[in-house]
Amino acid sequence: MNTPILTIEPSKGWVSIKFRELLDYRELLYFLVWRDLKVRYRQTALGAAWAVLQPLLTMIVFTIFFGHLAGVPSDGLPYPIFTYTALLPWQLFAHALTQSGNSLVTNQQLITKIYFPRLIIPISSVLSGIVDFAIAFVVLAGLLIYYGIVPTTAIFTLPLLVLFTIAVALSVGLWLSALNVHYRDVRYAIPFLTQIWMFATPIAYSSSLLPRPWRDIYGLNPMVGVVEAFRWALLGKAGGLGPSVLISASVVIILLIGGLYYFQRMEKTFADIV
Amino acid sequence: MSKISIRIEGLGKRYRLGAPKTAYKTIRETIMETLRSPFQIGRKGLSDESNNTFWALKDVSFEVKQGEVVGIIGRNGAGKSTLLKIISRITVPTEGRVRIFGRIGSLLEVGTGFHPELTGRENIFLNGAILGMKREEIKNKFDKIVAFAEVEKFIDTPVKYFSSGMYVRLAFAVAAHLEPEILLVDEVLAVGDTRFQKKCLNKMQDIGQGGRTVLFVSHNMGAIQTLCHRVILLEEGKVVEDGGAAAVVQGYLSWGSSMTGQKVWLKNERPGNHSLRLISVCLKKAGGIPAKEINISEEANIEIEYEIVKQGARALFSLILFDASGYCIFGSLSNTRENAYHDKPLQRGQYVSTCTLYGNLLNNGRYHVSIIGATDYWTEDFRADHVIFFEALDDGRLKGDYPGNFGGVVRPKLRWTTVALDDLAHFHERAERESSQ
Repeated sequence: MNTPILTIEPSKGWVSIKFRELLDYRELLYFLVWRDLKVRYRQTALGAAWAVLQPLLTMIVFTIFFGHLAGVPSDGLPYPIFTYTALLPWQLFAHALTQSGNSLVTNQQLITKIYFPRLIIPISSVLSGIVDFAIAFVVLAGLLIYYGIVPTTAIFTLPLLVLFTIAVALSVGLWLSALNVHYRDVRYAIPFLTQIWMFATPIAYSSSLLPRPWRDIYGLNPMVGVVEAFRWALLGKAGGLGPSVLISASVVIILLIGGLYYFQRMEKTFADIV
Repeated sequence: MSKISIRIEGLGKRYRLGAPKTAYKTIRETIMETLRSPFQIGRKGLSDESNNTFWALKDVSFEVKQGEVVGIIGRNGAGKSTLLKIISRITVPTEGRVRIFGRIGSLLEVGTGFHPELTGRENIFLNGAILGMKREEIKNKFDKIVAFAEVEKFIDTPVKYFSSGMYVRLAFAVAAHLEPEILLVDEVLAVGDTRFQKKCLNKMQDIGQGGRTVLFVSHNMGAIQTLCHRVILLEEGKVVEDGGAAAVVQGYLSWGSSMTGQKVWLKNERPGNHSLRLISVCLKKAGGIPAKEINISEEANIEIEYEIVKQGARALFSLILFDASGYCIFGSLSNTRENAYHDKPLQRGQYVSTCTLYGNLLNNGRYHVSIIGATDYWTEDFRADHVIFFEALDDGRLKGDYPGNFGGVVRPKLRWTTVALDDLAHFHERAERESSQ
């Protein structure tokens, strides 16, 4: 008697995450990201220019209101580049969070008709934001040249930092996407969440406004660590990385592992409920 | 002995019953539930044995040998699609086990994941990947897929500009080139025009003859008999017949042809609960004559005779009408205000509740009736399924000079009016003149 290739049974308790299977489905992941990218700008007049316009216009508005009118200190750096460097990962994060949070619901057609590891869906929706990030990054390069800022070798950590940003978005996105299947409240909460979160993150201001112990605890908001690390890598912010980055990284690892387990646990109900 | 492809043992799937409203909960509801039973977070919905759950599948066991082409038939809600969904791993069974020996591919819908903004070419790759093909595999089959779909000229046009025929042809073409060892197909032949349907059927036949195992769900008995050697009949989530295609299909089709306009239960078999027992259900045509055939243009009555065994019980009924293929046409509730007895506590004794089917309501065809009875506001309900079968005949009175058949499950007589627009203009002119004076 040959052994079954597959056994389908009611699953009980905690299940292990099937990374092997995820790897087997990497082509589907690739195609879903590719679909998102193809579709996103197909019927827009400005196309990929949106990827630049959003952070650029936000930067201008912040520079006028926070930089000039309110005189928010920017660690001795020119305010436009100070805020743009933070807006880049922020846009990546906000986009990825929104997309992944809604991903299972927008892809319910797929979920109810075909099997694949459901994790592919939030992961693919997070990844498609990287292209926008790359496009917007060109503007940052221009700003660096304009202000004559020469980055240190820390700039080589950038790919790692992008991964860090994606991980933050995914760690929250996994929770939200699975919750969204059961509670459509999530869909309405996401825009509100990102808005509040933006002000809780040192994008328009510097975290050095906070006194010492609080500045580190501030890292409990993982986006604080991301923004700090980006400024450190690109603008060579003096003083190196504070402990807040470590705290952020730990928070993300905990959230991510929790999110993965929660997602896997809820996965079996998606097709029945969504 | 040939090898086993699929082995299903004691498979069961329980769903929560619920209107769309309760399909997903709001956070507020969950918080309230959690406050009541704090240790049940997240589990409640699936594990509680309350009566708002039902078994879509129960105790299903069978084996499929390698290379067998098995048809699965049954009325709507019999559990066919649930079965395929479990085998294709879209949903998880509540109990039992499925063992699969081989690479599995499922086709529950054509064009899953098709995106209207993408071109035909792009959709072939996307859809292929979703169905589980590798990129190389799709590349190799690309020309064959396009040729099969007959959309060569439009392959670089976004599919939103495709006609619906082209769209389904392309979608089916991708799916038809899937080559798993075990293929699950759910009612996808009902696409395109007749010529293309035939082409799909041939393709399916090739797949079947290629030594692959196929599970095929369909309402199309012709296709089932052409493609399958073996047919499994599901009814209310259970396997009720399993055998040669011709025999099972014949049995299924003649089910319900044994028409009976009257159902009388033996005294110890009466369905009901401790307050109420059904005695009989009877169809009576115009003039109060028991019948199994009615005239569609005349009124007919369905009489439910029952006994109140508990003093002061209320009796409520819902009459549910189905057409021959098992589609529910409507349900009708007995507790209408104008009736002096309904919704009132009743004395012990026997009663008859009558539901009147208006004339000029049904189309010609076969129908059957299920009754749900309840006492005390639906807290203790019971049902008697398919109690009477009858045929509605067309006397031609409503057809006028139209000789053909009417489509649809009902054929209500609706009000039509016609006016000449010239007359209407005169009328308005006169009305204006009068009002201005």
